[in-house]
Amino acid sequence: MLLSKNRFFSTTDLIGFGLLALLIFVVLPIGLDTFRLNLFGKYLTYAFVAIGLVLCWGAGGILSLGQGVFFGLGGYCMAMFLKLEASSPEATKIQSTPGIPDFMDWNQITEIPIWWQPFHSLTFSLIAVILVPVIFAFIIGVAMFRRRVGGVYFAIITQAIAAILTILIIGQQGYTGGVNGITDLRTLKGWDIRTDDAKVLLYFVNGGLLFACLFLAQLIRRSKLGRILIAMRNQEDRVRFSGYDVANFKIFVFCAGAAFAAIGGAMFTLQVGFMSPSFVGIVPSIEMVILCAVGGRLSIIGAVYGALLVNLAKTTFSELFPELWLLGLGGLFIAVVLIFPNGLAGLYSDYIEPRITAIFKRKFPESKDPGKFDPAKTAAEAAE
Amino acid sequence: MFADYTMGELGAIFAMQGFAGLILFSVFVLMALGLAIIFGQMGVINMAHGEFMILGAYVTYLTSNLFADYLPALFSMYFFLAMILAFFVAGGLGMLVEWALIRHLYKRPLDTLLATWGLSLILQQIYRSVFGAREVGVSIPDWMMGSLPLTDMIEVPINGIFVMVLAVGISLAVYIMMFRSSWGKQVRAVTQNRVMAGAVGINTARTDRLTFGIGCGVAGVAGSAFTMIGSTGPTAGQLYIVDTFLVVVFGGAASLLGTIASAFSISQAQSVMEFFLSGSMAKVLTLLTVVGILMLRPQGLFALKLRK
Amino acid sequence: MDARPDFLLTVENLTVSFDGFKAVDSLSFYVEPNECRVIIGPNGAGKTTVLDLICGRTKATGGKVEFKNQELLKMREDQIVHAGVGRKFQTPTVYEDLTVFENLEISYPKGHGVFGALMFRRDDEVISRIDEIAETVFLEDLLDEQAAFLSHGQKQWLEIGMLLIQDPELLMLDEPVAGMSVAERKQTAELLNRVIKDRSVIVIEHDMKFVEDIATRVTVLHQGKVLSEGSMAHVQADPKVIEVYLGH
Repeated sequence: MLLSKNRFFSTTDLIGFGLLALLIFVVLPIGLDTFRLNLFGKYLTYAFVAIGLVLCWGAGGILSLGQGVFFGLGGYCMAMFLKLEASSPEATKIQSTPGIPDFMDWNQITEIPIWWQPFHSLTFSLIAVILVPVIFAFIIGVAMFRRRVGGVYFAIITQAIAAILTILIIGQQGYTGGVNGITDLRTLKGWDIRTDDAKVLLYFVNGGLLFACLFLAQLIRRSKLGRILIAMRNQEDRVRFSGYDVANFKIFVFCAGAAFAAIGGAMFTLQVGFMSPSFVGIVPSIEMVILCAVGGRLSIIGAVYGALLVNLAKTTFSELFPELWLLGLGGLFIAVVLIFPNGLAGLYSDYIEPRITAIFKRKFPESKDPGKFDPAKTAAEAAE
Repeated sequence: MFADYTMGELGAIFAMQGFAGLILFSVFVLMALGLAIIFGQMGVINMAHGEFMILGAYVTYLTSNLFADYLPALFSMYFFLAMILAFFVAGGLGMLVEWALIRHLYKRPLDTLLATWGLSLILQQIYRSVFGAREVGVSIPDWMMGSLPLTDMIEVPINGIFVMVLAVGISLAVYIMMFRSSWGKQVRAVTQNRVMAGAVGINTARTDRLTFGIGCGVAGVAGSAFTMIGSTGPTAGQLYIVDTFLVVVFGGAASLLGTIASAFSISQAQSVMEFFLSGSMAKVLTLLTVVGILMLRPQGLFALKLRK
Repeated sequence: MDARPDFLLTVENLTVSFDGFKAVDSLSFYVEPNECRVIIGPNGAGKTTVLDLICGRTKATGGKVEFKNQELLKMREDQIVHAGVGRKFQTPTVYEDLTVFENLEISYPKGHGVFGALMFRRDDEVISRIDEIAETVFLEDLLDEQAAFLSHGQKQWLEIGMLLIQDPELLMLDEPVAGMSVAERKQTAELLNRVIKDRSVIVIEHDMKFVEDIATRVTVLHQGKVLSEGSMAHVQADPKVIEVYLGH
């Protein structure tokens, strides 16, 4: 009984993963045209962030209001590579200094800064996509968790960091593209990422990476580390006095969340074709938390649905009734805290799952409840 | 960066920027006082605090319009009535919010943070629907216009002085309320031991509601003061919220003196640096310094060492 | 006095002040191997603070705490635990969202690093050890129960079980029978009597009957200082103790 509980996937998880895979790899690609599919691909990039938040906040109780920082850093690392490739001397020959990114030229910068140089290499850029945000998260994590900064203080400070980074990116427009961000990205090693074919392929790559992250998150949740995170959320001191260095676990999960967010950011850049500070700051960061909360802060599968639904609602409402959207989003923040704190996943396990189980029980009573009436057994006894 | 200026000029620059910093300080203090009451005394993070401030600013705007239309003779005095109205309107809304939202969440501070963020979005949209997306400004009465020349290089605007006097006055009032009145004693009793405070007959629910209301009311007055030096838009409150939180946290959440000291140092640092660096870099440096210090001293500047 | 190496725990001149108030004031005492030391004293005497200082929860202002000749004051909480000091809190402190089994498993002394925890396997040895401890603390039938649904007394037992599984050489218990029913109290006394056999224990307790049962030596604290120390009979006869407990 105990061992079966500790299996890597419970039946519920297995059904959840299966249904999600079906949705992402079969239903959406068949049902949607390329434009809409690309849009859903964009929504799914936020799911990476939401999965990371399930680990940090849902399991570990660490609320980061600065996940946009890691999403953005990942996205910018990718964008820098693509921008350098798009800024070949031929493509930029109308500029006063050909061969450098357009926004640098507009800001009277005449050569590519040193820290941009390594991003000529795709390998370096791909490593940087993960490593830069993770190192940044590690520094923040060490500084804060070693000194026992937690709870609302951690939330406020991560929010301040998101604000600082946004101001910095906007202020240094010669090096970062400023408020417009890094735009007009074209090719990846000569492969045009703007064509329909490329968009479909990128959608599937994105889906594949998302499942890889889901799998890693499941691995963490199912390991003893996952249970320690929950224990830390319940009674941090007890964990400490059971011989664990609590800070290390927090740093680990914060870095993991940052890595997931960074992958999402890089995939965002590839699919949408630009990256800007409007995905880094306070507002996008806190909206990422709501994706996770709507999906259910304890459920990694729920986080993906939360990301899809909230973003779909955002697109739909802000096109049709822009005024209603903010009211709706505000209401969602309140509702998800007051009325359904476990989000969609909670609603599912409270209302839908018991009904499904009930239906199963009615159909196959013997498999679920061996103690009660069992036709096969009765028949065997009758035969004796 | 100092080399281009003579000593006299540098002195004047520091004085002028210092004074500009004092106005920023006044807004910070007024914003932060309300927040410090709510966060320091109740442990609640109110992300909609900026919107309560803006509510006060809109109330001031409406009052000034009413006076201009119906009581032009008394226009020079409208501001005082506006301030009182702003306090009660923002405070009243605060009490309503406490009743409908906050009181269910006292044991979940992180959730309060999200719920009040939701509230701030709703309030912003309401302001936008009612007052329009454009920023509005009030007409400042004549006696507040102009500036006082101190020396031939240094002059200080009168509305700035007025806002500062206001900030000092309100700080004093809050201090008296928290530390000299029986109400303040009750609030502090509830903070320190909710169960015990309830047991000795303090109505904790009412105390919470009043505390939250007064915190929001002070934000409303901050909004009134804010109209003297800036224009009011639906999202203007959001611009200040992170800074204000840093002010409160930096000062040590439970200490009013700490709040004032940290508001002073942050606003002065930012204002003086702004002259020499670009505005955005000044802000980045200020915030970075604050975050850095908070990492070294997470309990804030003024906090007691207590048994956990 | 120099620390004699045969003491398991040496506390000397231990001092902590909270904003000027000295909660523990140049306190010294020594605990021998296999001794059961009970600390008693009126409220506010600094009993819990002494335990907090030994296990690293509160940082001392001065003095020294040596355990098996290692200075504990410079160590982190988790290092102190690994050195062999276990601590039970005054209110039952268990992980409410986890099952009894998982609660015990987290305290199992293996896989305490980040990657150790990630790779931790729940093998037969772990399971049989947890079963054994669960039986000791009367929870063998509740292993799959979520800890939140346990009674107050059962939570106390679970926390004691979580400490036992670490097998500490020095066990510190802060009011282990407080808030228990009479029946639970009796069962716990029996449990503790078994538990304290092969290790040193420091217990804070108010129940004098219980103290008399288990104590090797008793230390009476008053205003952060040692008021009296010795056998239960000695302490009870000490006029200073009588003054403090009855005089006011």
